Amino acid sequence: MAGMKFGRRALAALTGLTLASGIAAAQAGEVTFWTWRQEDRAVYTDLFAEFTKANPGITVKFEAFPNENYNTIVTTALAGGKGGDVLHARAYGGLEAMAKAGYYLPLDKTNVPELANLPDDANASESLRADGKVYAVSLAGQTLGLIVNQDVLAAAGVTMASDWDGFLGMCKALKAKGITPIANGTATPWMDAIFATVFTNPFVGPAWTADMLAGKTTFSDPKFIGALAKLLDLKDCMPNGFTGVDYPTSQQLFSAGKAAIFVGGSFEIAPFRRGNPKLNLDFVAPPAPAIGQPSHVSRFFDSGFAVNAKSANPADALKLVRWMATKAFAEPAAAKLGNISSLKDVAAADPLLAKVAKLNETAMPYSTLVYFRFEAPTGTDLLQDGVQKMFGGSATPAEVGAAITAGLSKWYKPFQK
Amino acid sequence: MVQALPEVTNCLATPSRRWRLGAWIALLLAPGLAIMTVFVAAPLLSSFRYAFYEFHGVLPSAFIGFANFHDILFDSTYAVSTWRALAHNAIVFASLMIVQNGLAYLIAFALLKALPGHRLHQVIIFLPVMLSAVIVGFLWKLFFHPLFGLVNAALALVGIQGLPWLGTESTALGAIIFTNAWHWVGFPALIFLAGMQRISRETIEAARIDGASDTVLMTRIIWPLVAPSATIVVILTFIGSFNWFELPYIMAGATGSPGGATDVLGLFFYRTAFGSASSGLQDFGHGSALAVLMFLFIAIVSALALRVLRAREIET
Repeated sequence: MAGMKFGRRALAALTGLTLASGIAAAQAGEVTFWTWRQEDRAVYTDLFAEFTKANPGITVKFEAFPNENYNTIVTTALAGGKGGDVLHARAYGGLEAMAKAGYYLPLDKTNVPELANLPDDANASESLRADGKVYAVSLAGQTLGLIVNQDVLAAAGVTMASDWDGFLGMCKALKAKGITPIANGTATPWMDAIFATVFTNPFVGPAWTADMLAGKTTFSDPKFIGALAKLLDLKDCMPNGFTGVDYPTSQQLFSAGKAAIFVGGSFEIAPFRRGNPKLNLDFVAPPAPAIGQPSHVSRFFDSGFAVNAKSANPADALKLVRWMATKAFAEPAAAKLGNISSLKDVAAADPLLAKVAKLNETAMPYSTLVYFRFEAPTGTDLLQDGVQKMFGGSATPAEVGAAITAGLSKWYKPFQK
Repeated sequence: MVQALPEVTNCLATPSRRWRLGAWIALLLAPGLAIMTVFVAAPLLSSFRYAFYEFHGVLPSAFIGFANFHDILFDSTYAVSTWRALAHNAIVFASLMIVQNGLAYLIAFALLKALPGHRLHQVIIFLPVMLSAVIVGFLWKLFFHPLFGLVNAALALVGIQGLPWLGTESTALGAIIFTNAWHWVGFPALIFLAGMQRISRETIEAARIDGASDTVLMTRIIWPLVAPSATIVVILTFIGSFNWFELPYIMAGATGSPGGATDVLGLFFYRTAFGSASSGLQDFGHGSALAVLMFLFIAIVSALALRVLRAREIET
């Protein structure tokens, strides 16, 4: 009998707690923001305080989850009809899984008129291919190129070369002085795709990329294979045992001034500065094929802000996302996060980021991410796997090109002709 | 014990008492059963169900029968990785049987001799087993580092230029197998030692009097008599080798770097179901099909091996 009474009390208490938590979740005026960027908590907290000032009565609760588990956590929560009201969303293929399942609210000019503040390619990065609808407000663009430690070059008496032969000569000169020219190794696969894209894009050029996307040519084209083969010239520029050198080691080599160049993205600039404030950094385009020919950095958009389709507070969630598509959010966010905002009219305050933004004017897309990361096998997976094999000596550039084409032909229709 | 019997009989005398005893047993079993149901049975059953569905994004959409299984085994998008990973798992099993368990048998024999300091050695050999695979993986990843690793530094002392062990296709898998053997050798050694200690002293002494050398003793006398220990070691090594995940994930990443040279079924399952760092594509349908195939393969082969090895025990 006593047990029954206890059971009833426990049930009543549990029901009360559940209802209370439900009420708390649905509390008007509070918007929950979910992200994987725990390290940006302070920045977002400050920014959300500004939002509350502009929108009295609406507060934003910041909740961060580990990057490696973020997709799984968000997926599980959204499948159960829960989750944050506003969600930090991935771009391109990473967005599709969530948008396809109907977890994100479609955004358009009626519910988010501020989408007009974003360029078409930024909106495309947060769109579903099937319906062409936008599902998130793009946060930032990222640029891939060469990050240079100017003090290391100056100490070695070497100037940055802008063409391929000059670049190889510069590497030789640096090596002769005991400096590792390029910090990157090939042990971390996702960095290999970036490494290959940075150096091959100037060799293939925008016209070839357009033809390839249209299916007029493929990655088996001699132009792409020739560009891949050029990567092998860089073996001597990389650290000893570079096939076993991973991403953190490459970062350490560069931060410590042991290497002159880091091949990577503009997203590395802020962490490098945080790690070593004395670093005198420059960001340049990769070497052009020859003197007088154009070079190109590579570009992509990397994340955005979506509204949970089952948010208990959609009106306030939309208000927050609309605000995130304005200068009031984008300008301070870009400055504090060290990003280049996706918004059209937000200029980078930092001189180095302003230089990167200038380089973006002639940027080429990071193709395997922007166009080929929607189905398996992804272009990035094929490229990074091929680059590792090529540097390891178990595949030729032609075999890598053929493998990428064959893999993508499984699902990329222009390659199926 | 004889006195307790009437009490037990008395306890179960009436239906109400029997019911109460049953209720108590059920109550005590319930937490364990609930945990097993929620965390083992339910995921296993849902994995079986998901294997028959096509996934659009993160939701199952249409029932597609055995299509996911067909793709995993025969469609080149998946099959190349499946068969390559399976081959690597087989290499891991064979290598661990020879290197790890062979060494463990020798160590157990040495410990059986109870030489001076054997208790200290027993502890030292078992010590790595107590470390987490994450710690061991990171530790040996640093040891194998091409620029500041202990292994290459030691080789340099004797004038040998080391390789990037984890970055070279021909050595990466071997380096991780070596790490696994270092980590686990104490466990089979302990099982073999326990088996050896159960052999009667008279048997070994009789063999010695007949002039049996250590080699003869190990191969002709002790080996057949530790057959039950060998059965346990073989089955556990088989299951561990084909479920291998932690060490290759920590030392070579989810893609089985470099160029898939260390790819095993556990890694292939993980990146298919949950997405790799670069693709982020989650495919629970194909991932579940692969998990089901792995489960069936390990369960069937283990059961068959157990029958064969048990028969060998009876013969000996």
